[in-house]
Amino acid sequence: MNAPFVAHTDAEIAEMLGVLGLEDLDGLFGEIPEALRLRGGLDLPPAMSEPDVAWRLEELAARNRPCGRDLVCFAGAGSYDHEIPAVVKAIASRSEFVTAYTPYQPEVSQGVLQAIFEYQTMIARLSGLDVANASLYDGAASLVEAVNLAVVATNQRRVLCSQGVHPHWRRQLETFARGSGNEIGTVPLSGGVTAWDKVGDEGPSGAVVVAAPNFLGCLEDIAAARRVADRLGARLIVCFDPVSVGLLQTPGSLGADVVVGEGQPFGTALGFGGPYLGLFACRLQDVRRIPGRIVGETVDTGGRHAYVMTLRAREQDIRRERASSNVCTNQTLLAVTAAVHLSWLGPQGLREVALRCARATRYTREALCSINGVQLVTTAPVLCEFALRTPLEPEKLVERLVEDGYLAGVPIRAGFDDTEYEGGLLVAATERRTRAEIEGFAAAFAKAVR
Amino acid sequence: MSAPLPAGRALSAPLLAHDFEPAIFEFSEPGRQAASFRTTDLPTWTAAELVPGAFLQTGAVPLPEVSERDLVAHFTRLTHRQYSVDLGAYPLGSCTMKYNPKAADAGAALPGFTGVHPAAPATCTQGWLELLVELEEALCAITGMQAATLQPAAGAAGELTGLLLMRAYHDANGESARRRRVIVPDSAHGTNPASVRLSGYEVATVGTNPRGGVDLQALRALLDDDVAGIMLTNPNTLGLFEEEIVEIAEAVHEVGGLLYYDGANLNAILGIVRPGDMGFDIVHLNVHKTFATPHGGGGPGAGPVAVGAKLVPFLPGPRPTRGESGFELAMPERSIGRVHSWHGNAVVLLRAWMYLRLNGGDGLKRVSEIAVLNANWFKERLRGTYDIAYDRPVMHECVVSAKSLHEEVGLSALDVAKRLMELGFHPPTVYFPLIVEEALMVEPTETESPQTVSALADAFVQIAREARDVGNADDAKAAPRTTPVGRVDEARAARKLVVTFDQRRAD
Repeated sequence: MNAPFVAHTDAEIAEMLGVLGLEDLDGLFGEIPEALRLRGGLDLPPAMSEPDVAWRLEELAARNRPCGRDLVCFAGAGSYDHEIPAVVKAIASRSEFVTAYTPYQPEVSQGVLQAIFEYQTMIARLSGLDVANASLYDGAASLVEAVNLAVVATNQRRVLCSQGVHPHWRRQLETFARGSGNEIGTVPLSGGVTAWDKVGDEGPSGAVVVAAPNFLGCLEDIAAARRVADRLGARLIVCFDPVSVGLLQTPGSLGADVVVGEGQPFGTALGFGGPYLGLFACRLQDVRRIPGRIVGETVDTGGRHAYVMTLRAREQDIRRERASSNVCTNQTLLAVTAAVHLSWLGPQGLREVALRCARATRYTREALCSINGVQLVTTAPVLCEFALRTPLEPEKLVERLVEDGYLAGVPIRAGFDDTEYEGGLLVAATERRTRAEIEGFAAAFAKAVR
Repeated sequence: MSAPLPAGRALSAPLLAHDFEPAIFEFSEPGRQAASFRTTDLPTWTAAELVPGAFLQTGAVPLPEVSERDLVAHFTRLTHRQYSVDLGAYPLGSCTMKYNPKAADAGAALPGFTGVHPAAPATCTQGWLELLVELEEALCAITGMQAATLQPAAGAAGELTGLLLMRAYHDANGESARRRRVIVPDSAHGTNPASVRLSGYEVATVGTNPRGGVDLQALRALLDDDVAGIMLTNPNTLGLFEEEIVEIAEAVHEVGGLLYYDGANLNAILGIVRPGDMGFDIVHLNVHKTFATPHGGGGPGAGPVAVGAKLVPFLPGPRPTRGESGFELAMPERSIGRVHSWHGNAVVLLRAWMYLRLNGGDGLKRVSEIAVLNANWFKERLRGTYDIAYDRPVMHECVVSAKSLHEEVGLSALDVAKRLMELGFHPPTVYFPLIVEEALMVEPTETESPQTVSALADAFVQIAREARDVGNADDAKAAPRTTPVGRVDEARAARKLVVTFDQRRAD
């Protein structure tokens, strides 16, 4: 039996076994107790040729409805249909980036190290903070790690999280709190934005968490969150949409201590939700508490400029059970993707993306709100996304509009039980949406809810 | 030793040495822009008309202003300063740097998969859900488990998920207050103890016996009804199979603990033996190791967790399942919740699905056989030149030591690693596991030909002979001299911290 990516000929195998004094390959496994051995073979389908597998994959792909011309995307909720320029795919598919590993050996890893250093700089600037890294899986993972950082830094387990944070991220905070023992409290929304006045005297807390813009698309008063954090002695964690800072003030400039976000908008496909990129930035005061890897610059023995993973002593492979994070990943490939995308955009390009998202969102919002029975959930200012209440159940509406070629949005369900937001529909429009698409969508929407 | 096979060389590509590549910010010129946008025909409302002024920023985020041509040239030059699997052997122990099939690149780029929104209704995602269910079933067949979650985004995330499942199980039995400790061998990866801490448990470390396995007597002494479980890598980080795994499993189960299998080294045992048959209750897999999804410079990976029947109700969710009218997402009844924003690193999982289909059950077994053959054959080639930490048949990797070399002629494991770069190879993992002095942990993987493994062994031997027989240890101590930079000053990087271009300029 051969395997498609194994080079060894039968003659070579026989010769190698001879060196080892073995008769057959089975002899390699003599140390495994016989009673444990799997003698019947794996219960898996037999090998398929490359074209056969490709064909089967195409069959499965045909059972999906991807976003595009045949399914115009108005869904967001953390995953956005932004433009991905060809240059991003070209650089991100370079096999030197694709097939390298974590840059443990800096002399042969300067490419990855320098790309991460440049990415760190870009994310620090976007967030308005001092330092950033590229180690986290997605926005939710960044939030979990940010909360852990804040808890360790303040030595306080209590965490106050706005209900405007993505419900999946909040759910994940709860999952991991079962292990860490962090106590997650929720600050409710009122009129679509966090009701900070409902925070009483909570006592000392580790973190205050707000999403800006929040899950409903509404802009949030970060300075107000800062005041609450100051009162409770907590770190302020802001979950941001990195596209939004093309227009909005950076969270760091408004007082955030840690900024986290979903990096998917910068060159990563919707991809059924992953892999994405966890954005993570903080102030210099917390640099030794950053989860995962961080790249710094130095010199080599010849005095030449060089990059290297630094502050390694705090990482899990060295600190073991005393480490404050178990993260080993360096989400390099997606960080390179983001760095290329951001360089392609430039400052005016990023501003243009945000502006165009806001225009498309305004146009969509006005078009849908003119439909009988359709109402905004809140009139609070938004940027790229908004929540509606429609006469039809949102799931049914989405199903019906799929038939017309539109992904109408994301039903608001989990995490908003018994509130005014439950049962709404979250709609997003990116810079890709045109007037014709929006008007077609609104017409189909009107027909569906009639 | 019989005559070696025809020698070959595994060359690295010519990395561009001694050329400084400026940071992208240094190419920036005000007013340059590569980006262009769709013609939308929408009203051109201004920022001030769209957003209340208090939220708006006055300037713009200072990103690089470069032409597409300069952008491509910069990043392409960076790729010339980067070693990779596609350039040559990358024998990092415990990392399984095998060849990543190009068929999976093509599959992972299909718009029918990449264009799917994660919150789209199930009618739009049937192909994805079917693929993920098939993958879950295949992973269960390989591990001997009942069901799996595909959500964890990496091995470490899988570890933490697995430990939270362990906690949920003990919780459900009303025993979580009592069970506070998780046992971890001293040879374990650092992630294991770090994950234990994050899951709220205390680490109890068990030592290694003279044959390189878990010290069973010491383990028995640690076992009590306050033990939640044990985390094991099998084969372990020494590349050795835990011969007493049956006894270990019985002992841990006897006190009510669970066995956690760290799948870092699963590449050794595909189709040979299954963790479930060894007695494990929870298994995480690293698809970026075993199933050839590319490492991407450290990520993205994926770390599914498979479990035995008694843990299935606690799995994270929602999970792709076979429903009555097609595939659907369902929440397990006593789920620990979400461990990912959506459904896991789906596009990485798609690559793993392709790899499994391309190999089939028999092919996977052959993968492990040849991985183990390569490691043992490599070890024999080093016998007499390097110390062999635990001289037993190894599995997919072997740990040799430069201890004698260091004592005799002053060459350290690090020197060997750096000189290997000059000879055209990525170094192995060094100074791990911690219990072996001057450790060099070599994992050739099955995709390296006998010629490549032979050339790698020759390079190891050459380095030792240069120092011992020719009396030239200086070459290795000065290495590497043919790489883009020489040995870097890591202490300076930490002492004088510069982690952004802005900090550099501020100096």
